[in-house]
Amino acid sequence: MLAFLKKFINKVFRDLFRGRKELKIGLYGPPNAGKSTLANLISKDWLGEEMSTVSNILHETREINIQEKINIEKDGKKLTFSLVDTPGIATKIDYEDFMKKGMNKTQAKKRAKEATKGVVDAIRWLDDMDVVVVVLDSTEDPYSQVNITIIGNLEARDIPVLLVANKTDLKRSNVKNIESAFPQYDIVGISAMKGKNIDEFYEALLALAG
Amino acid sequence: MLTLRYLPHHEIEKLDSSQRIKKILEIVKKDNIVLLEGRLKDEEEAELISETMKSITNKFKGIEIASIESQSEMSFFQNLMLKTFMKNRSGMTIIGPASVIKEIKKDPKKIELLTKESKRKK
Repeated sequence: MLAFLKKFINKVFRDLFRGRKELKIGLYGPPNAGKSTLANLISKDWLGEEMSTVSNILHETREINIQEKINIEKDGKKLTFSLVDTPGIATKIDYEDFMKKGMNKTQAKKRAKEATKGVVDAIRWLDDMDVVVVVLDSTEDPYSQVNITIIGNLEARDIPVLLVANKTDLKRSNVKNIESAFPQYDIVGISAMKGKNIDEFYEALLALAG
Repeated sequence: MLTLRYLPHHEIEKLDSSQRIKKILEIVKKDNIVLLEGRLKDEEEAELISETMKSITNKFKGIEIASIESQSEMSFFQNLMLKTFMKNRSGMTIIGPASVIKEIKKDPKKIELLTKESKRKK
């Protein structure tokens, strides 16, 4: 009963303040799922500039990146928001993994330290989000506890969620796996790198947050 | 050698969230795998990840974690009753050090624990 009351109060407050401040839409997910690639695509589509650095090495995004005043307009619907690109949430970080990607020991340890702080920051920022887009890699196992923890925490905080199955351009992509793992959500399959199905993504975002 | 440490619900039910997390991390940092009766709350899992990140050193590289529900094909009413009366006691959670567990593969009905090969002295 207390949890229900807490959720209700959170929702009332969120709705009350939504009209006064800019909506914050967060991109969350495990490392290397394509959050920053999607952030860049959105930012480029509507502001004409990219906002995050992208690479194949894990934990490229180690700080919260914010792009303010993004205006999306589609089929007469409008949405203005700040886009928050967050570091990937992981349960383990090993500096030796970065050394395998060609970094020296000092660089690898520095990156590992920054990455651990990034995860802590991403979790701390959950409370500040109005809407969250959870970006999952559709070539990976969707049942990882990190995915379940992220989505569970958003549900517990009553934050609206859009689930995105990214990397559908790859052969190993399996959107159905993600649909089976999270049957309570509508899943939008996209390729942020190729811009595939991005219109459907914007429509879903407008429907959820608009 | 792998050491599994069973943590029944009654051992943590009177602890607050931070004490629960501290207890679990203390066991895991000693290279033990925790078999926890039931599940942590969603917020506790997020806090466990946060605290794990703060604890990472050259030796402790983090954790692997997976939980399974007791039954996945229950009706809404059965689920509600289970959550109301069993609280976080149903199902099971496995938490182990990343230096010992390579990967946990999971589907709704089974968990596969892949461990790292131990280095043997010749």
